[in-house]
Amino acid sequence: MRPILECQQLTKKYGNFFALSNLNIALDRGQIIGLLGPNGSGKTTLIKLINGLLVPSEGHIMINGMAPGVESKRIVSYLPDRNYLNSSMRVEELLSFYVDFYDNFSMERASKMLDALEIDRRARLHTLSKGTAEKVQLILVMSRDAELYVLDEPIGGVDPAARDYILQTILTNYSENASVLISTHLIAEIENVLDRVIFLQNGQISLNATVDEIRTEYGKSVDTLFREVFRC
Amino acid sequence: MPWNLDDDRPIYLQLMERIQHDIISGVYKPGDKIPSVRDLALDAAVNPNTMQKALSELERAGLVYSQRTSGRFITEDEKMIKKMKMELASEHIRHFFDQMHHLGFSDGETLEMIQETIRGNNNATNT
Repeated sequence: MRPILECQQLTKKYGNFFALSNLNIALDRGQIIGLLGPNGSGKTTLIKLINGLLVPSEGHIMINGMAPGVESKRIVSYLPDRNYLNSSMRVEELLSFYVDFYDNFSMERASKMLDALEIDRRARLHTLSKGTAEKVQLILVMSRDAELYVLDEPIGGVDPAARDYILQTILTNYSENASVLISTHLIAEIENVLDRVIFLQNGQISLNATVDEIRTEYGKSVDTLFREVFRC
Repeated sequence: MPWNLDDDRPIYLQLMERIQHDIISGVYKPGDKIPSVRDLALDAAVNPNTMQKALSELERAGLVYSQRTSGRFITEDEKMIKKMKMELASEHIRHFFDQMHHLGFSDGETLEMIQETIRGNNNATNT
């Protein structure tokens, strides 16, 4: 099967600044991948390119062999790093919004998760706490039967107990031919659920290896290695 | 409850050790069916592919076997489990003696202290 995500010599410039330069990546299906790097290393730029919100300056990006567009959006489920929904909508309105938008949205899955986290469906998004609003957005994103989930900082604002639930949610909901790309700074929290990590540094890949390869080779966790590589 | 894992050693090795330990200590009995990869991964809060690797390695070592349609089972070879139990026990003992050496005790002194401790425990339970 072809990789779910392929980048070839992918480059993104903002004026004279190279946000990404000459990135080559091929991501297999059935994996959970951590996209790690300090602030300004290009993580969100890559994620925006995957979702067609930016266009490459040079090189190619392919989702399941297609350039980002209407067809790729059908199979990519994207959680941006900030609220992207109309915050005066009620949770239940957001649900029907997603049902209308995506034919692969599972109301059953979403309901189960909303119940488990005891989220009031009548509540308007802006009346919820930051953490709860984030949970709602993640539930919407993970309730789609997508082939690539792209999660930009999914656990930043939620409490540790909810983090465990969210990781469970990710583990339960991705299928064998789907992959999950997670960008986060909370490496230690998610390290055990990752197959592989990609370190971005100044718009370039400085490491692309499995978690257990890193532990075998360096005798330390990904979190520790990250702190050493990117020491300020 | 996520399994307790060290953060400086490969995860699949630690998953193997944990399952091995569960076999030796009787959490799993010979011939028992083990949960699916997915369920075990969720229980441990680890990546399913990593759990899969741990189980494949255990299979290679002969501790578990899979039946095409019905899943994975613990070996019925009780001799093998016994042998593993003894190996693990000697490993613990060696480790303990190493630590005592670090503290400056000879093997003889250590042995004496062990006996004293046992006697102390017995006295405590007798009174």
